[in-house]
Amino acid sequence: MELIEAIILAVLAASTPLLIAATGELVTERSGVLNLGVEGMMIVGAACGFAGAWLTGSVFVGTLCGIVAGTMMSLIFALMALGLAVNQVATGLALTILGVGLSGLIGAGFVGERITPAVHLAIPGLTDIPLVGRVLFGEDGFVYVSIALVIGVWWFLYRTRAGLILRACGDNHVSAHALGYPVLRIRTFAVMFGGACAGLAGAYLPLAYTPFFIPGMTAGRGWIALALVVFSSWRPGRLVIGAYLFGAVTILQLHAQGWGIGIPSQFMSALPYLATVIVLVLLSRARSGGSTAPAALGTVFVPDR
Amino acid sequence: MQAHQRMLDSTPDGLTSSEPPLLRTIGLSKRYGDFLANDAIDIDIRPGEIHALLGENGAGKSTLVKAIYGLIQPSAGEIRWQGQPVVLSGPSEARSLGIGMVFQHFSLFDNLTVAENVALGLDGKESFKDMSARLEQVSKTYGLPLDPRREVWQLSVGERQRIEIVRALMQDPKFLILDEPTAVLTPQEADQLFIVLERLKAEGRAVLYISHKLEEVKRLCDTATILRGGRKVETCNPRRETAASLARMMVGGDIKEVKAASGRKTTVPRLVVNDLSLAPAEAHGVRLEHISFELKGGEILGIAGVAGNGQDELFAALSGERLSKDPGTIVIEGIAAGHLSITRRRKLGAAFVPEERLGHGTAPRMKLSENALLTGHAASGMVHHGFIDTAATLKTVDRATETFDVRKAKRDPEAASLSGGNLQKFIVGREILRNPAVLVVSQPTWGVDAGAAAVIRQALLDLATAGAAVLVTSQDLDELTEIADRIAVMFHGKLSAPLATREASREKLGLLMGGSSLEPKEASHAVGA
Repeated sequence: MELIEAIILAVLAASTPLLIAATGELVTERSGVLNLGVEGMMIVGAACGFAGAWLTGSVFVGTLCGIVAGTMMSLIFALMALGLAVNQVATGLALTILGVGLSGLIGAGFVGERITPAVHLAIPGLTDIPLVGRVLFGEDGFVYVSIALVIGVWWFLYRTRAGLILRACGDNHVSAHALGYPVLRIRTFAVMFGGACAGLAGAYLPLAYTPFFIPGMTAGRGWIALALVVFSSWRPGRLVIGAYLFGAVTILQLHAQGWGIGIPSQFMSALPYLATVIVLVLLSRARSGGSTAPAALGTVFVPDR
Repeated sequence: MQAHQRMLDSTPDGLTSSEPPLLRTIGLSKRYGDFLANDAIDIDIRPGEIHALLGENGAGKSTLVKAIYGLIQPSAGEIRWQGQPVVLSGPSEARSLGIGMVFQHFSLFDNLTVAENVALGLDGKESFKDMSARLEQVSKTYGLPLDPRREVWQLSVGERQRIEIVRALMQDPKFLILDEPTAVLTPQEADQLFIVLERLKAEGRAVLYISHKLEEVKRLCDTATILRGGRKVETCNPRRETAASLARMMVGGDIKEVKAASGRKTTVPRLVVNDLSLAPAEAHGVRLEHISFELKGGEILGIAGVAGNGQDELFAALSGERLSKDPGTIVIEGIAAGHLSITRRRKLGAAFVPEERLGHGTAPRMKLSENALLTGHAASGMVHHGFIDTAATLKTVDRATETFDVRKAKRDPEAASLSGGNLQKFIVGREILRNPAVLVVSQPTWGVDAGAAAVIRQALLDLATAGAAVLVTSQDLDELTEIADRIAVMFHGKLSAPLATREASREKLGLLMGGSSLEPKEASHAVGA
């Protein structure tokens, strides 16, 4: 019983940064922009988040620092890929390389320091319910925010006019422009939202997951988040399932090692990517029509004036 | 429609002419770098008129309407709306004045529903529910049926255009711009559209109508403004002009008439297709079903049909871009070729000109000589022992240039730098100079100016006269009736039996294009509907 609860808690903790970062990237990609720099934005968010929290002693301020840092990183991307119409794949990869270096620089003075991690919710009575109590009512704020975020994004994309316009930009930017929508401005906001989410997801790692910062601590989570968006076929609902599935695989891999199951850990780490490939194949075979990816994804748009 | 006509004609003439124009441009110019796309254009649009805007490709029609719709800012001149000078910073401003536009290349979103597409074209002041209700009402009022819940990719071209028109009408525009609306429609669908336009006119709205089809303009429009090379040439009443005189104003000279040599003789079958069926390669593709025809030397067979009915798939199957499992389904020069690669088919004497000039017909960023090599390497002696004979490739370019009057800035420029008409002349020329036994060509004059189109059609006729078998796929019925000996119609992946051109009336072809069969009972039913 306690083991199951522990596993569920661990899965939630491992899934949350994936879910947050992937939700941001989903919005970015739905607007037609492919930002491969999630890993870079996350790691800078982690370094700045930890620095902010350590300097002020407040996890909340640290979180804000992480969000701002991720947004700033995404603005670099927006300037290059949208403003100057540079190839998005190249810009995104460069952003990751930049982020990894930058985070090492920012975080260098903080390696080895510890902070008090984000507090967990505690409601007397509810939190003590066996099995589900701590899972539902004893999480840290990030977990609840991640759920609210994905629901909010779903509502935004499918229930608001602004969301419809954003999806329209991702489907056909020429048409959106012809109808008079400011494609590049809308995409810039989408990229910034993606950056803010990546920064938040990055900040989660040293502020809630572990109470310290080490260089390279995102450990490829940004890439998994990218794979997740594809896995979800750009739908928020499937994104939640995918994030918890991928989180579970990560935890499974640790437990498998602990139980002495003879599967190489590298194979287990590769599972999320393998799962993404399989899902992609299944989706493309099963879909009755209509492309799943935003049609304008990754294409450069230069309005003629 | 007759009644309409009489009613409008009975309007006192003084009323319309004394009324101030709804929209007026004065000295409107648009400059792109050194290039003047619009040079001081004056145009008056009056309420209750259908005003044609005529001109060849590159004459500046699109630039002018984009400026009127606020999509681009004019470099000089002014736009007056109901007498007041206005500066349109964007389409939403134009829409709020009462200007609507239906684009030539539809501004639709494939993966969104009809209702969502319409909502995107409106200002979003009403709720989605109210908008949907109004959408249904407008589409009913004007006889433009639409299902708001379907996604656009599932719809036919005609239905897509309906979305655009309904979207524009829902803004209750005083002035509606239509950019080549009938280019993608069957003759019957076009007639339906004309009824809608006549109705708009009767409601006192103005329509600016861009078209290449002069007969259509004569029938529908009250006024015509003709542009050439960015300048206004003339404003006239198209009903008092002939198609030839309008064409002369557009081109600025006479167009060479295409002439078929008399006494053309058909010889042996050179391209035979036997019961060809092929599953679609893409999710939205069309399945080819039991296609059979026989094409003899000296003959031109035309394939008509609305785009997206399997013409692309048929071209891919014939050219060898997609292989057929059964070799006997395609026979080129008496040899079963269904399983052969493109290069092997070329070696048998076949040549292919695809619809898309850039990206399919040529590699846009490569030079013409390199592009000549890409289709000619197998059969035209441009490669010796694996090395490219540069002199031979350049010679091919020069020959195509001379024979087909390809106009270009350099001897050997990049393909993408040529205008559409000149590039098409080069591509067709490149294939014809190889003296093919069989030429399969798709949309040979799509988006090509009238002069170049005449050169290309003449070249196809000459090739047939020389004994080759020519298969032409086109959406332009006038083109097919001009050059083809027989015409078949493609619908939903099936090919009708070919009709001799002199028996193929527009009405018959239109019925086939809409999927009706020519059996008397069904035909009369379709006309009634």
